[in-house]
Amino acid sequence: MASLERTFSLKVPSSTENLVLIRDFVANVGAQAGLTADDVAKLELAVDEACANVIEHAHGHDVGKEVTVRATFDAAALRIEVVDEGLGFDPTQVSTAPVEQMVHDRRTGGLGLRVMKSLMDEVSYEILPGERNRLRLLKRIQK
Amino acid sequence: MPHPFKVHRTAEGDVSVLHLEGFLDAHTAPIFEQAIQAELDAQHVRLVVSGEKLTYISSAGLGVFMGFIEQIREQGGDLKICGLTAKVRQIFEILGFQAIYDMVDSVPDAVQRFTSVPTREA
Repeated sequence: MASLERTFSLKVPSSTENLVLIRDFVANVGAQAGLTADDVAKLELAVDEACANVIEHAHGHDVGKEVTVRATFDAAALRIEVVDEGLGFDPTQVSTAPVEQMVHDRRTGGLGLRVMKSLMDEVSYEILPGERNRLRLLKRIQK
Repeated sequence: MPHPFKVHRTAEGDVSVLHLEGFLDAHTAPIFEQAIQAELDAQHVRLVVSGEKLTYISSAGLGVFMGFIEQIREQGGDLKICGLTAKVRQIFEILGFQAIYDMVDSVPDAVQRFTSVPTREA
């Protein structure tokens, strides 16, 4: 039997205050999709990281901009898209140095991307500078 | 705020203990940052951060730990972490924090660590 795909979306002003709303939204969708409690917690954190990056870096704390989170799931996987109106960034330029080296250099950038990659099954980007950027996260649903 | 965050301070001798409670994310990280900065401004460089009541942490919170540690160790002190729940500890370990910080079970254990390991290489 073909599995039914369902999509939910949330659009909020670009402010860190709204990270709570975003986490609650993806937690609810994750539970509905059938993710385990552990995977729901991972999803919440990965999406928090993605949206915090957008709010702080892509949008530069401009609350006039909006962050869109779109969640689609079927029986096999939950896919999240985070869409922003910012400048975008090149994920290949994010530091991959060991944390010991980052501490020594007094750098903390790029931690969020590491967390996302650790928690999700797939992380990818579509960057269209000046138009929109789209970060995609995928979590497979454990049977 | 539906997901609040608080820092409560106690002292054990010359060790300052910061008890974190609630959700530490990009919105609340500045509160934690200010709490550590206040300790450094008061020349307190022997710090314990207790996460017994810390429900959630994102990389913004982890970045606060990273941002101060070199300065604290250069001044002969240290920041030791204790009482993390399994869920929160998992995030510290994803980023390899166990290689950088002393992480122990309880506040007394963390205070005791200052006797055996007062600081680590900055």
